[in-house]
Amino acid sequence: MVEIQNVAFGYDAARPVLRDVSLTIARGSVIGIMGQSGCGKTTLLRLIAAQFLPTQGAVRVLGEATSGLDREALYRMRRRMGMLFQFGALFTDMSVYENVAFPLREHTVLAEDLIHDLVVLKLEAVGLRGAAQLMPAELSGGMARRVALARCIALDPQLILYDEPFTGLDPISFGVIVRLIRELNDSLGATSVIVTHDVQEALGVVDYVYFMAAGRVIAEGKPDEIRASREPFVHQFVNGELDGPVPFHYPAPAYPAELELAEV
Amino acid sequence: MSLAQILEHTRGRLERLGNAVTSYVWRLGFASRFLFYTVVHSGTALRRFRLTVAEIYFAGVLSLIIILVSGLFVGMVLALQGYETLQRFGASESLGVLVALSLVRELGPVVAGLLFASRAGSAITAEIGLMKATEQISAMEMMAVDPIARVVAPRFWGGVLSMPILAALFSALGIFGGYLVGVQLIGVDAGAFWSQMQAAVDLRNDILNGVIKSVVFGVAVTWIAVFEGYDAVPTAEGVSRATTRTVVTSSLAILALDFVLTALMFTGGKPA
Amino acid sequence: MNRATIDLWVGIFVVIGIGALLFLALKVGNLATFSSGETYNVEGRFVNIGSLKVRAPIKSAGVVVGRVAEIRFDNETYEAFVSMNIDSHYQFPRDTTAKILTSGILGEQYIGLEAGGDGVMLKNKDRIRLTQSAVVLENLISQFLFNKAAEGKDEKK
Repeated sequence: MVEIQNVAFGYDAARPVLRDVSLTIARGSVIGIMGQSGCGKTTLLRLIAAQFLPTQGAVRVLGEATSGLDREALYRMRRRMGMLFQFGALFTDMSVYENVAFPLREHTVLAEDLIHDLVVLKLEAVGLRGAAQLMPAELSGGMARRVALARCIALDPQLILYDEPFTGLDPISFGVIVRLIRELNDSLGATSVIVTHDVQEALGVVDYVYFMAAGRVIAEGKPDEIRASREPFVHQFVNGELDGPVPFHYPAPAYPAELELAEV
Repeated sequence: MSLAQILEHTRGRLERLGNAVTSYVWRLGFASRFLFYTVVHSGTALRRFRLTVAEIYFAGVLSLIIILVSGLFVGMVLALQGYETLQRFGASESLGVLVALSLVRELGPVVAGLLFASRAGSAITAEIGLMKATEQISAMEMMAVDPIARVVAPRFWGGVLSMPILAALFSALGIFGGYLVGVQLIGVDAGAFWSQMQAAVDLRNDILNGVIKSVVFGVAVTWIAVFEGYDAVPTAEGVSRATTRTVVTSSLAILALDFVLTALMFTGGKPA
Repeated sequence: MNRATIDLWVGIFVVIGIGALLFLALKVGNLATFSSGETYNVEGRFVNIGSLKVRAPIKSAGVVVGRVAEIRFDNETYEAFVSMNIDSHYQFPRDTTAKILTSGILGEQYIGLEAGGDGVMLKNKDRIRLTQSAVVLENLISQFLFNKAAEGKDEKK
């Protein structure tokens, strides 16, 4: 479904964000991409979504390389994908119903009552059928994200990308989203890629994990393998340890010298 | 400072100046390509005219109050000031001519343009900038909907279509205000007011040129507004800076274009 | 703000905008007297056209009957060649005089037509043979001074 081969990328030439990344995502699976903030995982997601093109290597999505696509082909590919943004990115001037109906109105020529049924279906799947007439400003964070999820799956995509879907959610909404990701993936027969640093919860829902640090994949495996991993960074990350390969202290001159203590 | 240091300092300054000019020119080129792209992809805005109509509402109708009130007051002030000067030459019956020509040729398009830039232009920039900051633009792109065709183009055409209407309303109300002050308040002869005005204001040379100016200003202001919004840095501070830039750049553009257009239109291009 | 209300307001907006433009065109401008009707063309030669401009009015008995179409310099006769468009509704005899007059004392210049008595009317592309040039202020003044000087000499004699 998705193949990333030796990809390197940087927003500007001087600072590469991804150095040499290779990974494969099999159809029908839920994949997690995890790592510290700034390790390049969101950038990787953007490369999969073809918002950017790799400076080296190839990104193949749904059988096609993203680098060779013109605008038409790109849009055709994107219609088979769905992306959930970090805070939902709902259109604030439209109601919940209109937001979910948006991709249907833009890409299909279905009659209004058919669109109505589809929207109701999608909202029911995320449990917000009753909120159809609310405006995004009236929704809580968790609800907004669920509506965004409904909008995401409006066209029954084959590939769903999640950008930090668990950020800032209360435990209940958290649990809801986690379950929805798994259920939607299985019921749609789709493939899901989750970028997150919520380790414990993500490990409970994904089939396979890729760990990134400093623009490279440093570890991968099934959730159990990751939990039991001896690799120092993975260990520190999974267990939330204070110090390890990622040091607690930001590089600084010697402590006594800073306090100007006399030599003891 | 030694000579070498002074030279180094100057070189640094010149380099920065050069960079600023280059980046400005580059940005202008980028904005031009953006405009071209917007116009070429205006199919959606025109086919689904509902979208453009909504934007005419937000840009035009919501600017009505400020345009109408300002027009009325400008016309009234013109009449007051104009009478003051004209009656010294015994030409107070030409008050209608003064008010009408000033408004139709210059003040209507220019002042309406400036007001439009600060009210509607800044609103458009803020709206698009905010959509960018909250990732709505990216979400649209991810849903394979061209955000420029769907969001930018309707706003562009909404502004371009609203501007001439607002300028005409400004001029019309200004003349009415001039009539109120000149004829009703001060006592200039109503017949002379209107008849001299009609003899002096030419449909082609004055009114049409005024309309052309307002269209040009509309294009300039709306272009700047949508571009600054789309190009804004997606943070709160970035959006606020973009809004400021819209108002400032639009105002300067209006005044500069006004000079160019006036020189072309009103100072005999052809020698008699 | 639902769609119907928006449509209504935009409709009102456009209507009053067109209304304003019509107001400007009719009450403020000279649309009412704007003749896009048929005209016929006559020409005339003047020794001096003064400050006559293209599109200046052509009046007869004070009423506008046409507009100056073109002004050229004839390099052979060293005179000004003026082309005039006259409204087809008005016919003038062949011996009509065209004079360049000034509206007011220091106003703009226009062409005044004084009809003659000939039975045959001017047709398209005809020439007006009787013309009177504009009064040039400087010539007037120098003539006045010359006359004054001549008078003085006469008296002295």
